[in-house]
Amino acid sequence: MADDLKKIAEERQKWQQGVEQVEPGRFQTLSGVPVDVLYTPAEAAGLDYLRDLGLPGQYPFTRGVRNNMYRGRQWTMREFSGFGTAKDTNGRYKFLLAHGEVGLSVAFDFPTLYGRDSDDTLAQGEVGKCGVAIASLADMETLFDGIPLADVSTSMTINGPAAVVWAFYLAAAEKQGVPSEKLRGTIQNDILKEYIAQKSWLFPPEPSMRVITDIMAYAAKHVPKWNTISISGYHIREAGSTAAQELAFTLKDGLTYVEAGIKAGLDVDVFAPRLSYFFNSHLDFFEEIAKFRAARRIWAREMKETFAAKKPESWLLRFHTQTAGCSLTAQQPENNIVRTAFQALAAVMGGTQSLHTNSMDETWALPTEKAVLIALRTQQLIAEETGVTNTVDPLGGSYFVEALTNEMEKQAYDYFRKIDALGGMVKAIEHGFPQREIADAAYRYQKQVEQGRRTVVGVNKHALEGEKLEIPLLRIDPTVEQEQHQRLASLRGKRDSSKVQECLAALKAACAGKDNVMYPILEAVRAYATLGEICGTMKEVFGSYEEPPMF
Amino acid sequence: MAKKLRVLVAKPGLDGHDRGAKVVARALRDAGFEVIYTGLHQTPEMIAEAALQEDVDVVGLSVLSGAHLTLFPETMRLLKEKGAGDILVFGGGIIPKEDMEELSKQGCGRLFGPGTPTTDIVDYLREKFPDRV
Repeated sequence: MADDLKKIAEERQKWQQGVEQVEPGRFQTLSGVPVDVLYTPAEAAGLDYLRDLGLPGQYPFTRGVRNNMYRGRQWTMREFSGFGTAKDTNGRYKFLLAHGEVGLSVAFDFPTLYGRDSDDTLAQGEVGKCGVAIASLADMETLFDGIPLADVSTSMTINGPAAVVWAFYLAAAEKQGVPSEKLRGTIQNDILKEYIAQKSWLFPPEPSMRVITDIMAYAAKHVPKWNTISISGYHIREAGSTAAQELAFTLKDGLTYVEAGIKAGLDVDVFAPRLSYFFNSHLDFFEEIAKFRAARRIWAREMKETFAAKKPESWLLRFHTQTAGCSLTAQQPENNIVRTAFQALAAVMGGTQSLHTNSMDETWALPTEKAVLIALRTQQLIAEETGVTNTVDPLGGSYFVEALTNEMEKQAYDYFRKIDALGGMVKAIEHGFPQREIADAAYRYQKQVEQGRRTVVGVNKHALEGEKLEIPLLRIDPTVEQEQHQRLASLRGKRDSSKVQECLAALKAACAGKDNVMYPILEAVRAYATLGEICGTMKEVFGSYEEPPMF
Repeated sequence: MAKKLRVLVAKPGLDGHDRGAKVVARALRDAGFEVIYTGLHQTPEMIAEAALQEDVDVVGLSVLSGAHLTLFPETMRLLKEKGAGDILVFGGGIIPKEDMEELSKQGCGRLFGPGTPTTDIVDYLREKFPDRV
């Protein structure tokens, strides 16, 4: 074997002399990883098949988390959506379910993401704009009206106030008569990446981590099929990181949650199987596939070797993918359909468990029904027409893909070491380390585009002179905000106020003490306390977080 | 020597998308302007106050949350109310064309959409303030 490799390396050297020389760095991935003109077994040398790749469904899961992958189960087609009032969004969900979607994914508006009621001063102008406005259990009941929560799985992109919004969902299911043991879904609940990239936080890191471990403990007992944290690289990438930074920071966040869970006295094999991941799928096809494969291998190894998890379910990294919103262009927006299709294909070749495909009009506004239908059809085309789902990890064994997978892994470990040297992820965030790395990468990329070293079709190349926008855009009715104010006012008038006060006082005591906060939150939610009231009460104990401005 | 142009880059509202604001702030600084960045979650009141305190010539607002029709006019109104109506307010983000036209009618400076080279923004400010460096 070694002799064969030596011979191949020699032959390759000779062959290389006949190939035109280019300056170093001329060919590189989107993230700046140098790419060679050719990959042979010599470049993938050192790869031990059983140790590094293994078989699908087996440690270290590089080739996939299930033995027959998409033959057994298609990925979940899950379009992230939410706009206007709960009633508006309920209509969109029913539309998507009627067209073949099987999982729901809730996009909340900014006030909800920050744990504020729709009539909060800071909510002005934002209600229902970037997602749906959910301020109480009543809104959550409307959001899922006529959608049986025993039959769908629901993903909710909610972080700072995740405990409260999840409680809205659990209580809405109770009202439908669905026991919490039957509920399936995900809350994002990844606060570390909020400080790093998405910036919708409520409390400082420490109390935030405590609420997260309370959620993990509650779920393990009462909602066993729920994914309690969706450890997210998506927003890190959208903020401008490279593929390797996305991989490294996201996995390091995940490992930090595992440490916190163990420190809180939880059994790793009880909570780890309920952790899932969420990645971006960007433009560089092979780099993305390599990133997904490396992620699975690193996670499996760390969970088994470092954290001594015993159950295979604790080792396997399951993930959702969203195509890269930041890669889409406002110019010639129809081109975005094609970009998204390539990115979606990379996610599938990388072995994703669920997928959101962006709509062509999202650089202008939230998507129209027509645009989102094309996005959904893109996934159905990949699943049902292209044949790529016939075999598991079809690019496994490609010399290039294996070499790039190794490279991604190596770069991730380089970052792990830097973060450890700063005292771990929470400390690194407090130092602004990942934030600065990402801002640097974003600026570097912007410069490259402006210097013409990176091509953006329709923008810095192949642009159309005097282009006019020819696609219709979704408009959010400006009366949504008023409507939400009225709903809240009427709710506050109807409910038992003394009961609400009682519940909030009990919650405050739990926050100040050690009891799991999920129980008093649920009580408050059932009494129709609003999101702002509950989060406000928690802030009185936990304080709020502010980021030092830097650029 | 001509005075340097002072620019306040601000993120109004709850919108956490700060990639663009940070990239633009760096590009303006690299172009030689004096740049102050407010950080996230600013109310129009806080932005107007910061603009006065920092004695800036220009305020650049970055809004990707869809709340532009509220946040731009409110910031401009507050600046006027505080006697600083001469400060130019411009910006960028996810803003449909008709809304750009509407805001421009209300006296807002240029609004830049996705795909704008930062050099366009630098050129725009140089053109608006020819006596500054």
